Order: sequence, then C-alpha cells, then structure tokens
Amino acid sequence: MTRKRTIALTVNGRRYDKEVEVRLTLADFLRHHLGLTGTHLGCEHGVCGACTILLDGRSARSCLLLAVQCEGRAVTTVEGIAPDADTLHPLQQAFREHHGLQCGFCTPGMLTTLIEFLRDNPDPTEQEVRIAISGNLCRCTGYQGIVAAALAAAKRMQAAPV
Amino acid sequence: MKPPPFEYHDPRTEAEVVGLLARLDNAKLLAGGQSLMPMLNMRYVLPDHVVDLNRVEGLSYIREAGGALEIGAMTRQRDLEFSDLVRRRCPLMHEALAHVGHRQTRNRGTIGGSLCHLDPAAELVAVATACDAVVTVAGPNGRRDLPFAEFPAGFMMPSIAPDEFIIAVRIPLWAAGHGHAFVEFARRHGDFAIVSAAAMLEADGGGHITRASVTVGGVAVAPQRMRDIEAGLAGQTPSPHLFRELCESCRKLEALEDIHAPAAYRQHLAAVLSRRALETAHTRLGSGARR
Repeated sequence: MTRKRTIALTVNGRRYDKEVEVRLTLADFLRHHLGLTGTHLGCEHGVCGACTILLDGRSARSCLLLAVQCEGRAVTTVEGIAPDADTLHPLQQAFREHHGLQCGFCTPGMLTTLIEFLRDNPDPTEQEVRIAISGNLCRCTGYQGIVAAALAAAKRMQAAPV
Repeated sequence: MKPPPFEYHDPRTEAEVVGLLARLDNAKLLAGGQSLMPMLNMRYVLPDHVVDLNRVEGLSYIREAGGALEIGAMTRQRDLEFSDLVRRRCPLMHEALAHVGHRQTRNRGTIGGSLCHLDPAAELVAVATACDAVVTVAGPNGRRDLPFAEFPAGFMMPSIAPDEFIIAVRIPLWAAGHGHAFVEFARRHGDFAIVSAAAMLEADGGGHITRASVTVGGVAVAPQRMRDIEAGLAGQTPSPHLFRELCESCRKLEALEDIHAPAAYRQHLAAVLSRRALETAHTRLGSGARR
C-alpha cells in the first residue's frame, strides 16, 4: 500500500525524517508530528490564512498542502523567523510595539505573509499592505495595529536589512 | 476536517501520468491544490487515488512562440502575475490575476488547475475565453488541441476525458497597443467574482474598431463571449453612448441564481461591468508602446 511514506524535509533549518500518512496535511504534520504549534489552524480550507508558512521562501497555506508534497523542500514556520531565542525579528518587534496582536491567533500567518511581502516590496504603501494581508483574517485588532506594524517594520528593515 | 484516506502517486513524466490515469479508477489530479485540497478537507470528494502533478517535469514555463504565449499547465498564478512577458503581451491576464485569490493561494494555484476546476466566475477561465485560448490535452491517444470555446461541457465540467489531463495553454496574442480591461465585482477582495467582464479592442489609425472581444464571467455556467456586442463595435468609432447601448444586451442573458445573487442582479452587473471594461479598454488603446 502507498498510504504511508517516509519523507525528509527541512523545517526552520533543521532536517526531519518522518513516516507519515499520505493524506496528512502539512499543517497537522507541523503541529502534531513536530510539535510546532505556532502554526495555527482556523478554517482548514484555505480561507483564514492562520496556517500560512513559507515553502522555499514563498507563502502558502499549510492546510492546503500534503506533508508528502514537502519532501526535499524547506519550510519556515513562525518559530523559525526570529534570528535567535533572545531576539525578535524586526517585524515581530514592530507587532509588539504597535499592538499588532491581541489574542495572537492570526499572528503566525500575518508574520509569515508579511515577511514574504516585505522581501518583495520593501517600501510598501498602506494600501499595498492591506492588500497583502487581505488573505489573513483577524477578529481582534481591526487590522490597524497590524498595518502600522508592517509599515514600521518596513522602515526599520530598510535601514538595517535582516 | 481531514482528507479521507487515498493512495498517493507522484509521477515524474507526462507518460507516467497518462499511464496512471489509464490504470486507476476514481483518481483525482492534484495541481496547485487550492480547490482540491479544501474539497478533500471537507470531504466533498472521496478519491481512491490522488495523482500529484507537482513533480512532473516540463509543465511549468511561459514563452512566446508563433504569435502566442505558451504556458505550461503547472505554471503558478504568481509566476504569471510576475512575468514581464505576460504583462507586456497579455496585459488582460496580468490585470485579471490581481483578482485571483490571495498572494498565498497564487503562490500555489496553477493556470491548468484553474481552467480544469472551471468555476463559472474564475478569472483565468474568463481570460482564456476572452483570448480564444487553445488547451493542449494529453491522453492515451497522445496529445490533442482543444479550442477553449469547446472546453466547458457544463457547470464546472471540462470536456476532457477522465484519462486525459491539460499540459499547456496557448494564448494567441493581440496587436501591440491593443486596449484591454478586466473588471469584476466581488463581496470581498480575493473572493470569486459575482460577475466579471473582460474587454480587448484594436483600432485603425482613424479610431475605428477593427477587432473586439467582450466576455462576461459568473453569469452562466461558464464565461461567455458577447458576440452581439463585438459585432456592434465592428467598424465603429467608440463613444460612451455606443458602449452603453450595446452592453444593455447583457440584461437578456440567461443568468445563474444562487445564495450570492439573483439572476436580475447578475444581468445588471454584466451590463455595467462590460461597459466599464470597454470604456477602460478604449482609453488604453495605443498605450502599448509605453508599456
């Protein structure tokens, strides 16, 4: 039977070899098999954006990927974006300073989405930021703090690239 | 919300895919996964086999050849959106892509997947209709070309056999400097449109329309060309009055009625959006040299 497979992939710079069911989503693999519960699951059908991760540097919904599809690929989750255990990524720091999170549920998806966005577009307008996070639902802060944090992080990262 | 059990296949070549589709019963092709994966998670579909196209070689490219853009079926929407070639040579597709889902879904979603899923309101389906695209299909009897006008067989049902799959899409190019516009109305950014409209225009030196393509999406089971509007524009010098008058014919279209909108609202949107698309396409006529 081909309902289980052993996969090798890199998550946050660390290599993992695991046997998984082929129907397992990447999101469940990260959370249940690797214990990386920073990736949140809201809707599990690609609408809420909470489970967004970076796959080879490009943002994607981890609920819409199978773990087996990530064989040989590099995944970055919210746990992997800070430079070290004691330092926040400038975007995380900006979220903290600008009240970009309340309950924190959407935050991992917001951060991963914005990291890719700010890499492609280092000097965005407010409108561009709002479009960039249009695929991420937040039910607490009303987006104001998140947009402010993204714009502040853009300025900081332009002055001192990560 | 977990996918049902299935067997997973990840072929590397076109021939392997054809072989698997010939052999397997109740198989689903997995392209970008932005429609099939939600359907699996919600168990709307229960396939015995999933054939993943993501590792098949040679299905992702964008090139210009023989007066057309040739696009591999597994080319990501995001690669099309960022393609300079697409922006210069098929600006209608570039404009439409901004409406396709979100950044995260465009990173995965493919042109072949969009066309085969065939949502009535899908932007790339409307673009393929507007551009008279030709789809190349591979199957047990080799490859065949299918004009996009013959591609929809019904609601979300492409006219390809269960043992066939799309490998490429050819988009015939319009003259440099043609006018184009893609407009849509959706409740939220990134949603499928309730109604969309696409327009392309070419004109002679005197401003008379020499070629027109007008498409409305989301109204019926598949996007449709508005042949009467196109015929009414031929040889004319465009004016707001002419556009408005011709687009009124959209109010006679047979229209879907569902939880999102009644038929009369879709007819109204089709008339308004096709007029707006034509007006914008007209203002862009001749701007090709600047792009």
